Amino acid sequence: MALVRGRPLIGLTVPALLLIGNKALGISSSLRHVCAACVPAGIPFLTYNWRAEIWNLFFVLGIAVGGFLGYQVLGHPDTIAISAETVRDLKAQMGLTDFSGLLPKELFALENLANWKGWVFLVLGGFLVGFGTRYAGGCTSGHAISGLSNLQWVSLVAVIGFFIGGLLMTWVFYPLLF
Amino acid sequence: MLGVLFGLILTKSEVISWWRIQEMFRFQSFHLYGIIGSAILVGLVSIQLIKRNHVKSLNGEPIAIADKKYNHGTWIGGIIFGLGWALTGACPGPLFAQLGSGVAGAAVLILAALAGTWTYSALREKLPH
Repeated sequence: MALVRGRPLIGLTVPALLLIGNKALGISSSLRHVCAACVPAGIPFLTYNWRAEIWNLFFVLGIAVGGFLGYQVLGHPDTIAISAETVRDLKAQMGLTDFSGLLPKELFALENLANWKGWVFLVLGGFLVGFGTRYAGGCTSGHAISGLSNLQWVSLVAVIGFFIGGLLMTWVFYPLLF
Repeated sequence: MLGVLFGLILTKSEVISWWRIQEMFRFQSFHLYGIIGSAILVGLVSIQLIKRNHVKSLNGEPIAIADKKYNHGTWIGGIIFGLGWALTGACPGPLFAQLGSGVAGAAVLILAALAGTWTYSALREKLPH
């Protein structure tokens, strides 16, 4: 079943990129390249030849196309089959009622930008992802998958950091927010 | 092309779902641990094979992977990203897949992530590393 659902294929992206183009998998770099291409503003960290890394931008464009194909074209379940415990906890702790879609509409709908919740989840959340990944030098793909595959101890430090942050948010800050 | 395949797998394996990320951080399902774990295992074995056999890439270069360098940002930034990961339920790759799958909020998330990356770049000299 795991094979059918394509799970190990995520890992195969690592050697595929190496074999095809001698490139290391890492997606958060694309955010830096877009910044460098659009608003370098004389910042040294954003002044480099981003065109040399253009494959990375095509790669993320491909990811978006893959998302479209995988969700809209191939179809999708109305509700992600998460565990009953998670449903119970999210109802009780966060007051969520609508469990359809990839993400909770009650938190991520654009209309939410009119209240603090939308700003915390959409704007602050996205900001922390962009800020943190660059500060850490990579994200789940660059550190967890690519880095750990290559036995980089630095990536292990980063991944432990990811989990400390994630657990803090889930177990400490979420109960404070709701 | 490889990006399309990667995005397709991310979507089909539900890695791009906020629900799945919450389930992971609450230790209520093995789903994501299995996916990330098997991805690392496959990556590990294939990198070892590439290194041991001195495989060359398609354009004939010897395959070289730069070592990741440690600085204090590795864990400070790591924790900051972790906070954002649990909030948004998305790392950068899934953000693009979500956008493609038609989640309107993903556009805001990507813009905010770009703002975060830009702000880090601007403040870089002043931050502890």
